[in-house]
Amino acid sequence: MSTQPTVGKPVSRLEGKLKVTGAAKYAAEYDVPGLLHGYVVNSTITKGKIVRVDTGRAKAVNGVIEVITHQNRPKLAWFDLQYTDMDAPPGVVFKPLYDAEIKYNGQPVALVVATDFETARYAATLVSFEYEEEPFETCLDNNLEKARDAKKGFATILRPPPPKPTGDFEGAFKNAPVKVESEYWHGVEHHNPIELFATTTVYEGDGKLTIYDKTQGTINNQVFVANVFGLHFKDVRILAPFVGGAFGSGLRPQYQLFLCVMAALLLKRNVRVVLDRKQMFSFSHRPQSVQRTRFSTDENGKLTGLNHSAVSETSQFEDYTEQVVAWSHKLYPAPNTLFEYKLVPLDVHTPIDMRAPGGVTAMHAIECTMDQLAYKLNLDPLEFRLRNYAETDPSTQKPFTSKALRECYQKGAEKFGWQKRNPTPGSTIRRNKLVGYGMATGMWDAYQFPARMEAMITKEGKLVLNNAVTDIGTGTLTVMSQIAADELGLPLEDVTFNYGDSKKPFSMFQGGSSVTASTGVAIVVAAKTLKKKLFKKAAGIKNSPIAGASEEDVIFKDGNIYLRNDPTAYVSFKDIISLNNGRAIETTNMGAPDVLNLRKYSKAAHSATFVEVEVDKDLKIITVTRAVTAVAAGKIINPKTARSQILGSMVWGISKALHEETIMDEKLGKYINTNLGEYHIPVHADIHELDVIFADEKDTLINELGVKGVGEIGLVAVPAAIANAVYHATGTRITKLPIHFDELL
Amino acid sequence: MNNFDYIRASDIDDALASLNTHDNGSFIAGGTNLIDLWKYNLLHPDLLIDINHLPGHHAIEEIEEGGVRLSAFLTNADTAYHPLIEERYPLLSKAILAGASAQIRNMATNGGNLLQRTRCYYFYDPDAPCNKRNPGSGCSALNGYNRIHAILGASENCIAVFPSDMCVALAALDAVVNVTGINGERNIRFEDFHRLPGDTPELDNNLKRGEIITSIDLPAKGFAKNYSYLKLRDRHSYAFALVSVATGMELDGDIIKEARIALGGVAHRPWRLKEAESFLQGKRADEHSFAAAADMMLEGAKGFKYNSFKIELAKKAIVRNGLMALDPHSQLPGAQPSA
Repeated sequence: MSTQPTVGKPVSRLEGKLKVTGAAKYAAEYDVPGLLHGYVVNSTITKGKIVRVDTGRAKAVNGVIEVITHQNRPKLAWFDLQYTDMDAPPGVVFKPLYDAEIKYNGQPVALVVATDFETARYAATLVSFEYEEEPFETCLDNNLEKARDAKKGFATILRPPPPKPTGDFEGAFKNAPVKVESEYWHGVEHHNPIELFATTTVYEGDGKLTIYDKTQGTINNQVFVANVFGLHFKDVRILAPFVGGAFGSGLRPQYQLFLCVMAALLLKRNVRVVLDRKQMFSFSHRPQSVQRTRFSTDENGKLTGLNHSAVSETSQFEDYTEQVVAWSHKLYPAPNTLFEYKLVPLDVHTPIDMRAPGGVTAMHAIECTMDQLAYKLNLDPLEFRLRNYAETDPSTQKPFTSKALRECYQKGAEKFGWQKRNPTPGSTIRRNKLVGYGMATGMWDAYQFPARMEAMITKEGKLVLNNAVTDIGTGTLTVMSQIAADELGLPLEDVTFNYGDSKKPFSMFQGGSSVTASTGVAIVVAAKTLKKKLFKKAAGIKNSPIAGASEEDVIFKDGNIYLRNDPTAYVSFKDIISLNNGRAIETTNMGAPDVLNLRKYSKAAHSATFVEVEVDKDLKIITVTRAVTAVAAGKIINPKTARSQILGSMVWGISKALHEETIMDEKLGKYINTNLGEYHIPVHADIHELDVIFADEKDTLINELGVKGVGEIGLVAVPAAIANAVYHATGTRITKLPIHFDELL
Repeated sequence: MNNFDYIRASDIDDALASLNTHDNGSFIAGGTNLIDLWKYNLLHPDLLIDINHLPGHHAIEEIEEGGVRLSAFLTNADTAYHPLIEERYPLLSKAILAGASAQIRNMATNGGNLLQRTRCYYFYDPDAPCNKRNPGSGCSALNGYNRIHAILGASENCIAVFPSDMCVALAALDAVVNVTGINGERNIRFEDFHRLPGDTPELDNNLKRGEIITSIDLPAKGFAKNYSYLKLRDRHSYAFALVSVATGMELDGDIIKEARIALGGVAHRPWRLKEAESFLQGKRADEHSFAAAADMMLEGAKGFKYNSFKIELAKKAIVRNGLMALDPHSQLPGAQPSA
């Protein structure tokens, strides 16, 4: 009996070798016979109508098969709802090539299909459009007076409107002895996964399509394609075995999928459409937001009032919302609260979730305001937070299923050396650098969605699992395999987890840090049933060595069922299957959150980030020299992949605080730095010492695995911690992200 | 990409003769900018003349006057790490290594570095007005997002900046550019090579069509004892300079015998001011002198909505870089973390 549990062990990614050797195939890498290549033409105006299209020159190019525009596109579903997807906000989904109307700059207006990519790209430059332009608005700051409440709809279930006010905020704030009022701003960001959005559609005939797509949700896109093109669900198969990052941008079907399928159906050919880097800026993004906070405390630093209001942009056609303003009251108790959230529709594409949507936006404002209050109170920022530590969720009065934030504070501070901080801004100098320490708290929801798992023991005695979920680079394959291996007592190599295929049983799209809980719990449920079935078969064998035993008397290990107190008595999985006439033992089960019980609790992951920055005393160049993030996210299935998740998020936090922004030229109505040379994300030279700590957080209530997910939580606190460190170094508070060093000059 | 012909030139004459066999012929060396421009639909060459393999054109060698000649066809990486450059012209080496990325420097050539186009966002967007790309269409940057744009020598037609780091050092070193055309060879002083935008922003430099840069001459004086290159930007690598400074000095004790200061990221060409350099002659090499020279260099600088900070930043950078040049081996921490 040699098999050791793998959960909690730093198992390396099972697909790692395929990825580093280039053997892993991504959506744009499937070569199929007679493949045609589509290249998208995007609108060059921001708003208006197409009045004339000339595709003649493009069509005349040798190798061009077809140029599809709104004028000659095939018939499409006409009912708006048929274009919807599981993540669609309230409103009317954008429909590519639907009509002559231009709703945003960069909107796809044609697809050129040719025998090779370069021909398609060249011919795309020859398609000409004449437009009738209309005035547009793309600047949030200029349109704040248009702010209005968001429409409600299906997607609002996960993003409820702001909670109702409690107490009397205005009265409390007016009379508070200590208070702070500030405004925070951050710009647009685009996800920019390194893998470009791409789809390869294999036209199988008879209305059947096999589609390799870049997505975070195979079934979501399957339903979309079937609905829009009037196909049977079972005839549409979406495969996404490898996804080179997505960060939220793959939560909804993007336009390359639509155009690729349209071309394949029209031409009855295999077609691939790959977007280029510039086109990666022509769909979803993180919305720019303006936030206002007013927080007050009593003389002892106990919060008495929390007011947080946010205005974010959305498109003219959908009301994309995030949960921004509710977080402060989930984190800190205060008797008087007032929260407002509004949208300004602009002539841009609808935003979409991007790593820690809403949470990281909110926490920038909340945790910088807390920092300001700490200085006013002459309290250490960490001590101030501990004085306002919430043992139960202040916004609902419910207990948390678990909350090890205190341990995050303590372990993070200790590892970082927080106690060495001189409280006076600008007081610590290292040669020609001002040194600043900053900290911030992070919080993220702990989601779990229903998922179905098919599990079977094969005649080789091995475990095979089937589920539609993707692995967007987070380590899902590895983590799911670990959970399954441990449940059945098998070594990892005896587990095969098939995933990234819409034909397999249901999982939600991979978002919100939900997959380990959702799909993982489905594995636990399926494994339990499978074990029951195996045990029954084993106990029923003639002269079974475990005859007469109850299920409690046996253990599953190494592909055998042993008697707990007599390891010499066992039945192997192989024997069970061969006595089952070689037929696999299988089961399909649903895993779902225990909603009734969970209603009694609040559930969340927490984090604390501590940051050291150096700011050049003359030139003001900023460097994040050290950062520690301590995370409380329940049980950590795989400390290696989890650490990678948190590290990646910390790098992103540095990016968000100091580098990353998509710049909108409001006169042209378009983004202008649409390439990775000018859309700055950190490079190696920007990243120094990063540390990750996981708090020991046992959660027996949240789900069968006690997990909360580690995708978003690593990012939430980082930008605020950096902004606070910059203040501590310089005495100047920059409330805009990203912080440009020259603002400190 | 449009279809195109490709030939590998056997020598300079072959390359020059091939250019006019097509309407839109283009030389290609490293291609690190040309391919970008092509993909962005700004250029459509119908003939590529590969000038990477011209025999006898890949050397760095000492020349009679005591200087060094760099082949134009050598890569930036091979130049920056060449012993003659590291020893005699470390300012040039440091400037090259401050630019681009290792991969790009491995491809990019010295001649190509001089000819790279601006990184103005609007220049790269074929649908935006841009006088440099489409003369007469207007300048989108003038009233647009102009954080990365010029504060010196700009015109109302164009406020783009020249993005090279290498050229800032070449300007400080008084390099000479050797070119060959159908009508023979000529030499262009570095300060005459790049242009200010004026009324013809479409012209970046004074190289004529049908001319090839063959080599760059560095005068004997390399300022190898007292030099520094400081580059300030929005991240610590792989970003173009908001402001950069190349400083070379010859000292007599703590008195400046000769000083060279060139600025990058602030104008349509590397920016020098002879008056400021003469002012420093005979002065003490200290913060005070550098600050006075900085004020002279930035006199008349004009900021726009998003880039006025560059004026102050450039002054501070000149001072810091002067101090760094006093002890180049320690490289007093400038833009780098102190760890």
